[in-house]
Parts: sequence; C-alpha cells; structure tokens
Amino acid sequence: MEVKIKSMKHEDFKDNEYIDKLVEELNASGANVAVGNLNQLINWGISNSLWPLTFGTSCCAIEFMSLGAARYDMARFGFEVARNSPRQADYIMVQGTIVHRMAPAMRRLYDQLAEPKYVIACGGCAVSGGPFKNSYCVVPGVDKILPVDVYIPGCPPRPEAFFYGLMQLQRKIKVQKFFGGINRKEKREEFFAAHPEDRGKLS
Amino acid sequence: MSDIKEIISGICPEAEFVEGGESLQVNVPESKWHDFAKALHDDRRLDFDVLTAVVGMDWKESLGVMYYLTSTSRGWDILEVKVEAPDAKNPFIHTVSDIWKVALFQEREVYDFFGIKFINHPDMRRMFLRNDWVGYPLRKDYDADPAKNPIRLEDEINEDDTCSYVEDEKGKIKRVPGKVFEDDEYVVNFGPQHPSTHGVMRMRASVDGETIKKVDMVSGYIHRGMEKLSEGLTYPQILHFTDRMDYMSAHQNRHCLCLCIEKALGLEVPRRAQVIRVMMDELMRISSHLLAFGCTAMDLGATTAFFYGFREREQVLDIFEKTCGARMSMNYNVIGGVIADLHPDFQKDVKELIRIMPERLKEYHTLFTGNIIAQNRLKNVGILSKEDAINYAITGPSGRGSNWSNDTRKVRPYSIYSELKFDEVLESGCDSYARYMVRMREIEESCKILAQLVDNIPEGDIRAMNVPKVIKLPVGHWYQQVEASRGAFGVYIESDGTKNPYRVHFQSPCFNLIGVMDLCCQGYMIADLITIGAALDFVIPDIDR
Ligand code: SF4
Repeated sequence: MEVKIKSMKHEDFKDNEYIDKLVEELNASGANVAVGNLNQLINWGISNSLWPLTFGTSCCAIEFMSLGAARYDMARFGFEVARNSPRQADYIMVQGTIVHRMAPAMRRLYDQLAEPKYVIACGGCAVSGGPFKNSYCVVPGVDKILPVDVYIPGCPPRPEAFFYGLMQLQRKIKVQKFFGGINRKEKREEFFAAHPEDRGKLS
Repeated sequence: MSDIKEIISGICPEAEFVEGGESLQVNVPESKWHDFAKALHDDRRLDFDVLTAVVGMDWKESLGVMYYLTSTSRGWDILEVKVEAPDAKNPFIHTVSDIWKVALFQEREVYDFFGIKFINHPDMRRMFLRNDWVGYPLRKDYDADPAKNPIRLEDEINEDDTCSYVEDEKGKIKRVPGKVFEDDEYVVNFGPQHPSTHGVMRMRASVDGETIKKVDMVSGYIHRGMEKLSEGLTYPQILHFTDRMDYMSAHQNRHCLCLCIEKALGLEVPRRAQVIRVMMDELMRISSHLLAFGCTAMDLGATTAFFYGFREREQVLDIFEKTCGARMSMNYNVIGGVIADLHPDFQKDVKELIRIMPERLKEYHTLFTGNIIAQNRLKNVGILSKEDAINYAITGPSGRGSNWSNDTRKVRPYSIYSELKFDEVLESGCDSYARYMVRMREIEESCKILAQLVDNIPEGDIRAMNVPKVIKLPVGHWYQQVEASRGAFGVYIESDGTKNPYRVHFQSPCFNLIGVMDLCCQGYMIADLITIGAALDFVIPDIDR
C-alpha cells in the first residue's frame, strides 16, 4: 500500500521511512477487510478536511494568514476552515513562541480538542524555542508540553513549507488506524514515556 | 539648553547635571523626584508634556530608573532624568503615573523586571510574568535556575488581587491590598486565544449590560525576554530580535537599533545605504498599513476586504523577497549599512507598486471605507482626546488620529528624511475612523517618498568600510527613536565598554497603545472593544518583547 497525495509524488517527500514504518505496522496488525476499508474511507475524509485551530502567537501567524489569502489559498487542500474554538477543530497549528504564561492555556486548548487530534509545530520557536531558546520564560519547543505530529522548521516557514508540513500530516492520517487507533496512540505513548508525570493528566 | 539648566536649578537645587551625553542628563535624589517631575510637567517654561521612555536599570550597586522626557512645544528637546532608589535591598521610587499616565504601565514593567516598587502607584501587579514568578529577571543577580521557575501548567490564581504602596506622614511605606474588579462586577474574558485580539492579548472587560465599565489588559502571553537575552549577546547578534518584535515594522525597528549603535560608534553610513534603508522602511509601512486595513475589515466581518489588502501586500513582500531573501523577518539592515545590494528588479517593482496603489486605494474606499456598517462601527467610537494622547504618549497613526503632530520623521528627523517632501498626516476626528483614515492616507505619503527616491538611488557602497570586526561601544548610554509603522520606536543602549551591551531597552509604541484601551473603551458597547483594538492596531509581540 502506498500513501498517495494528489500531485505530489512519494519520492518527493522526505522522511518516507517514517510513513513506510507506519504502513508496515498497519499491514502486520492485519485488520479485516470491512474495518480496513472503513478506516480508509474515514481517513480519506479526515485528511481532506483538516480544520485548524488558529493559534498564532507571533510572526509565524502572519505567514499563516497569507496562506488563507488568495495567493496561496489553502482552500485548495481543504484546510481553509480555520476554527476559533478548539471544539470544532482537528488540529492545532502552533505558530509562534510559547512562553511560560501561555503554557497552561496552550495545554487546555489541546485538551479541549476532540479526538482524533493532531499538533503541528510551525516555525523555529514552536519546534525548539528558536531564537529565544535561552530565554528565561520561553518554552523550548511545544513538544515539552504537548505531543507533536509534524514539525515545520523556518523562521517563519515559507507558505510552501506550511503546505508541505500539512501534507505530511495528511499522509500520516491516511495510514492511521481509526478503529483501534494503534498508530495514533504511538506518539502519545512516546510522549508519556518522556513525561511520566503527565500520564492521566492528559485526556 | 543652558536656560533650562537654570530653571531646573531654581526648582530643584539638589539636581546634578551630567554633561557629555547626547542630551542633557539630570540626576535627582529620589525624595525630590515627584515634586520635580510635577514641575517639569506643569511649569510653562519647561513644559515636558511627553514621557517618552521609562528604562529600569540595575547599576549593580543601585537600582533605579532613567526617564526620557520631551516637550512638544519646545522642539522635542530630550531631557534624561536619572533617579536611583535609596535602598537597593528594598527599592522604592515615587510614581509619576499621576503626572504622565503612560507611566501606569511603564512602571509596572519596571517593577516586573527589577522589583522596584512605585509608591502611590494604584496597581502594582506584575506586567508580563506570571504572578507566581520567583525573582526579577533583569536584575544582574537574577538566578535563572529553571528549577525556580519551571514550566507551570496550572493556571495563575488570585488574578484579581493587586496592591499599592502608600507612604504615611512619618515616611513609612505600607502595602495596601486591592482588587482589580469588585466581587459583584460582571467580567467578560477575551483571549489569550481569540481571533480578534490580533495576537495573544488577553482583555478582561467588566460590563454593565452591554456597556463596558472597565478593561483590564493582561499581557505577557508572548513575553520572550529579548532585553535580557540581548545582554548575553554581541551587538550584531541582537539585531535579529528587532525583526521579530513588531514584525510589521521589521525594517524600521532594525534601522533604529542600527542607528543607535552607529551613533555610539560614530559611524558614517554611505548615502546609498541610507536611501535603501528609507525605501525599505516606507515599503514596510505600506505593507503594515495594508495588513491593518485587512484586519480591521475582517474584524468587522468584511472578509473580502482582507483578500484585497493581502493582494497588494504580497506585491510588497515580493519586493522584499527579491532583495532580502525572505518574505518576513528580513534581517536586512546591518551595522553600517545593509547586508545585500538591491535586486535588479527593485526599481521596476517599486514603480509598479506606486503606479497601482492610488487605484487600489480607491477600490478599498469604495469597498470598505464608504460602507455604512464600517462607518457606523468606526465613527465616534473609541474617542481619545489630544490631551490624553499626549499624556499617554500615543504616537504613530493612532496619536495622529487625535490631531497630535508627533511623526518622528518630521519632529526629530533621522537618516535622510529631512530632505524628503511628504506631509505628516493628521486627522482631527479622535475616533477609530480617524485612526483608520490616517493609515490609509499614510500609504499615499509613503508612495510619495518612494517616488522621490526610486530614480535617485545613488551609486556607491552599501555598507560602511570602517565597521570594526569586533564591535565594542564606548562607555555610555544612547537613545534613538525612529517612526515605526505604529509610532515612535525607541532603543536604549547602555554600554560598559565590552562587546556585549550592559542593558538594552526597546521602547515600543504598541505598549503605550494598550495603556489607553481602558480609557477608549469605557462607555462603549462590548462589541466595540474589537473595533477599537483593531483601529489602535497593536501588535502583541511588540508589547511583550
Ligand atoms: S519561528 Fe521566527 S517567525 Fe516564527 S514565531 Fe518564532 S521568531 Fe517568529
């Protein structure tokens, strides 16, 4: 099985090993035909209507606004319905620096997202703290407080890079197992392994 | 200046003058400070009506504040006042927030960073950091151990608690607890994650029905600690912070920091670089005002206008991208000039932009400005009188919408602005609509400036040849201001002669803007909170730094 994204070839993506590994696991766990097809149908639906929660704290958010405007037009991919309430969104685009004061709000927003939920870290700040990594009050990467699915480096990333990252998320969703959620759970297990104190606190 | 000295000595004989700096500096003892400040403000001969900057300082043996005052009536002369807290262990200084209202927030920032408490200040809460933060980060002896301030995932408690410090007749200082909102007030919370706060600002509005009684602005949700970070870096390394502060004024902010360092070094910037810098500044201003237009429209529900604004903005970004290599965070100005020469298409692209802009502005006006909804929502909303604008030091388009002439490019020209022909845009409406209109008209003025320069870019170097490899500033302090897209942006640098700055302070225009939110919103509807904010047009990372 190959994970297909329209108008972008498999070889053109980087980090293919990661997706290949997920596919392998999926095949090995051997879902039956009915559930397997249903999975594919649902994943096809989710991956083509990913609604982001707007969560722009700084500069990167302005680039995200450009994505929404006519030139880059993210509606082409089904990402355009940016929601302002976490209850209606599928994933958080973390665009910008996360500081100590924001951390609790950030975590609460994540908890309020409905399953299945994903997190994309956009820009150096969200990935690692970026230019402010050494500051006294900057969280050095959102993955310190949330499990992250896709990282988009850049300061700010170009709109094309945003799309690339979003397509990577689509690919990841296409191989998830909606029923049983094996692949989806994996990243959370990794996260809990690194943050044992958070087990049980995250819903 | 000498007559000022005489007047000041007459008012306050204890005042000491320090010569040799870029402007007159006065040191006053703390006990005399409040009376002296009042005289500076009220005495018609002095008339220092604007408090431009408040810079908290830790001089190791003492803590204190540098105040930068200026006078609109006397040619914008700058006076520096240095006040030291008598006791470094338990520092107290009298507030001047009753004289210059802008100090209400500025002093809270100083308290947050240095722990200097201001006597009689009505609201001594922390400004940017959590209220359970341990220590004062900009003190030189701050303990940055992450164990002291781990990433806390619990909410802050007792958010409504505040306090003030009052002095009794015997001079004893007492802490008086207070409340931001009374128990029976109905408080609506906006943000920090809200689409119309233009970033991660949090506003708490107490309402009576739908009418706003009071707005409490809670910032710090994007406080990145740039000033402290700068102290550990060399001068070329701190430049990039300015692009990320008010990212819609990236060029101007960086220009300001470069000017300040160049001033301290005594560097002469080649003419070509100066022209390029000014052109970039004006392009940035256009792109910023276009974004402001789009966002104001979008906040009122006019999504189409947003697309129009962004269409032209993309054109400006293309110009940036070709020359600077990035659409945002351009990192273009460097100490002594600019980093790269212009792209061959630059002149052609700029001319094209100037050609289309008048047409497009007309389009915006038909599409949005004339719209009855826009008119109703903006006109006579968020009134800010000229006196208040001066008292709260509201510069930039917002201040000029209150008919206060404060354009740094005019009143204290820098670079080549004094040679250029352009008008300072003033509106007398004092409301949201006036602020909005100033922006739209400033786009035309910026186009005028670009038109004058685009065919007159001189040949030559783009960077001064004599920039030292290792940049060390002489001992001293400097303050430089430029007109950013949202008002006067200032940089304060204090150097102890090493290659790292001893203290850097960024005086951002947006920080003052949030200071008037309470004043502008009182008595209006809760829905106006959004339009008033949009018309003031603050950029949150510029506030929090
Ligand atoms: S990564 Fe760069 S552009 Fe993005 S928020 Fe951080 S500093 Fe701004």
